[in-house]
Amino acid sequence: MAGNKTFIQEKETSDLINSHALTYMTIHQGSFYENHGKYKGIMAWITSTDHKRIGLLYLYSITSAFVLAAILGLLMKLELIAPGKTIMDARAYNGVFTLHGITMIFLVVIPGLPAVFGNFMLPLMIGARDVAFPRLNLFSWWLYVLGALVAISSQFMGGGPPDTGWTFYAPYSFRTGTNMLPAVMGAFILGFSSILTGLNFIVTIHRMRAPGMNWFKMPLFPWALYGTAWIQLLATPIVGITLLMVVGERLLHIGFFDPALGGDPVLYQHLFWIYSHPAVYIMILPAMGVISEILPTFARKPIFGYKAIIVSTMLIAIVGYFVWGHHMYTAGMSSTALIAFSFLTFLVAIPSAIKVFNWISTLYKGSIHLEPPFYWAASFLFVFMIGGLTGLILGSLATDMHVHDTAFVVAHFHYIIFGGVGFAFFGAIHYWFPKIFGRMYDKGWATIGWITFFAGFVTLYTPMFYLGIMGMPRRYFDYLPQFHGWNIVSSFGALILFAGLAIIITNLVRSARMGPIAETNPWGGSTLEWTIPSPPPLENFKEIPTVTRKPYDYSEIS
Amino acid sequence: MIMSQPAAHTEHFDATASKIGMWLFIFTELLLFGGLFIVYSVIRFSHQTAFHLAAEELDVVLGATNTGLLLLSSMTIAMSVSAIQFGHKRFTLILISTTILIGLIFLVNKYFEWSLKIEHGLYPGSATLQGLGNGDTLFFGLYFFMTGLHALHIIAGVSILGWVLARVASGKIHGTHFVHLENGALYWHLVDVIWIFLFPLFYLIS
Repeated sequence: MAGNKTFIQEKETSDLINSHALTYMTIHQGSFYENHGKYKGIMAWITSTDHKRIGLLYLYSITSAFVLAAILGLLMKLELIAPGKTIMDARAYNGVFTLHGITMIFLVVIPGLPAVFGNFMLPLMIGARDVAFPRLNLFSWWLYVLGALVAISSQFMGGGPPDTGWTFYAPYSFRTGTNMLPAVMGAFILGFSSILTGLNFIVTIHRMRAPGMNWFKMPLFPWALYGTAWIQLLATPIVGITLLMVVGERLLHIGFFDPALGGDPVLYQHLFWIYSHPAVYIMILPAMGVISEILPTFARKPIFGYKAIIVSTMLIAIVGYFVWGHHMYTAGMSSTALIAFSFLTFLVAIPSAIKVFNWISTLYKGSIHLEPPFYWAASFLFVFMIGGLTGLILGSLATDMHVHDTAFVVAHFHYIIFGGVGFAFFGAIHYWFPKIFGRMYDKGWATIGWITFFAGFVTLYTPMFYLGIMGMPRRYFDYLPQFHGWNIVSSFGALILFAGLAIIITNLVRSARMGPIAETNPWGGSTLEWTIPSPPPLENFKEIPTVTRKPYDYSEIS
Repeated sequence: MIMSQPAAHTEHFDATASKIGMWLFIFTELLLFGGLFIVYSVIRFSHQTAFHLAAEELDVVLGATNTGLLLLSSMTIAMSVSAIQFGHKRFTLILISTTILIGLIFLVNKYFEWSLKIEHGLYPGSATLQGLGNGDTLFFGLYFFMTGLHALHIIAGVSILGWVLARVASGKIHGTHFVHLENGALYWHLVDVIWIFLFPLFYLIS
């Protein structure tokens, strides 16, 4: 990352070191890229406890996992381009959608925003030098890598790739001869990593906010991370123990979930969704936080309903615990339970809607600057609303019976998770890129990449709603001839989406090395990370700032 | 690359933060066992008679002894936290060592208890258990799984206390800087509390 400006900084710094004793101040001249600590090369990264380096480690590992899983998704879409076998048989297809699911959920979307942008930005946004437990933070990343390797090793050992889908439903998950143990243990280790990240963030937010930054002067991305961290902490142990019980079933035949031994397979589904439903809020809350940062910056206007957004974040985190049953309407529950879960599901939609109204009101009469991060945030609103409203069709008992386990569910899920978290992730990387890398990307290509991706996304997933309503089941490698038309459209969309993805990644990778040097505050943001140099110095702030203003006060930003 | 010195990351230390962190970790541990308690209740509900009969197979005296031991160890570790603040280093060391010793005795008891059950053919997947029916299979499955996971936590607790003991001995933990001892003690109390729930669930309710 040695551009001209950084080179000059380096030179100045080395002159200073030559002429003075190495004082605290001189260390803070260079960016964190130059302060490599005890080791050099790759060791300077994988042994670093600097939250910024750890954030980037996550960025690179998560992006690799994402590209792998996205390619698997493309392969599935190519298989579905025509009825019958096209490029893989049923067995291979089962393995591919399982690996796609495990990788996307446990390796990409759950850690995604908190681990990358939470790590990098949280201390900067609250005016801290690091997270509360830097060594624990590094340990979380190591656990992440270990979990990823264990999970992926399931592909290469005897028995063949797991074929249960990412939900590991009992009793099939302990009856199948495929390699379930590494997959399940990998997910367990990844859960542990997620818990430790959440724990770290909660303590950081409680203890390390800059003087003057009381709870209602804290920006909304840290607020979203706070809500997320509590879910990570309190929901993940449930899936941890559930996965351990699956291990117990496979190794010791205990019978918790085995009907042949008197156990209850539906109990597995309950336990799994007690975690995995809150987990979708682990995914979406930070995404909402990112959108709440981007929109006011590009509207040059304080966010509308700051406190309402905070309250809705916390409400989602709390109510989100009590809606897991809506994944199991057809699994066999009392009608009282069904109605309660359906009611709560409608209830949890309200805080999300509050946020959407707040975001739109923020734009109203704002001075809107059309830049790539804004495009991502605006298209987030679009796809998030489609995803959210179709969620209500699934949350309502009568309609869910019709579309349960069809392509409709897949479309809804991808609109929310890929459309929500994915768009927010790309929005976040385009928003904070100049801060992280100290360079600006090519905005023209970024816009072309966005529009291609967006067009591909809509073409890929919208037909799946129609296919689902027509009755096409999910997770089948084959389908009836009447579904052919929409499947062609969908597969074609996947190809467009991939073209967009290639443009985006190429542009960003190229710009990180060769883009023009970025200013301290290229977008006119008002939060603390824009007050320090790009890229940030090792200890972030020369002096810890004292916060007197609200986070989205643009009166002093030119 | 100009900085050959180790990066001067300022040492940040905040005892309150460490303690909050430990409490949060304890929440996750409680929820980990919470999942098992849910499974226990559901399965117990559907196999009430079998659970009643199977519980009578367990040795209440041995279970009660282990319960007493753990309660005693919670007392000694709590005393060590006070002792360090009064500056009694030797006494602190004795108290921590006693706690570790009791933890090990607990494990030895558990070992004998488990071996006896295994000798009688009462272990997951055994032919004897399958002959007894689903309820007994599930009871002993849960018994081994839950007490086994608890035993792992005892081992983790003993290791943490061993580390704390070494730090007290070397003077790194002292009268004004004792949060690691406090956190170790908190963890030990957690291990104790979980057992307080496991004991009646398996040995007493019938």
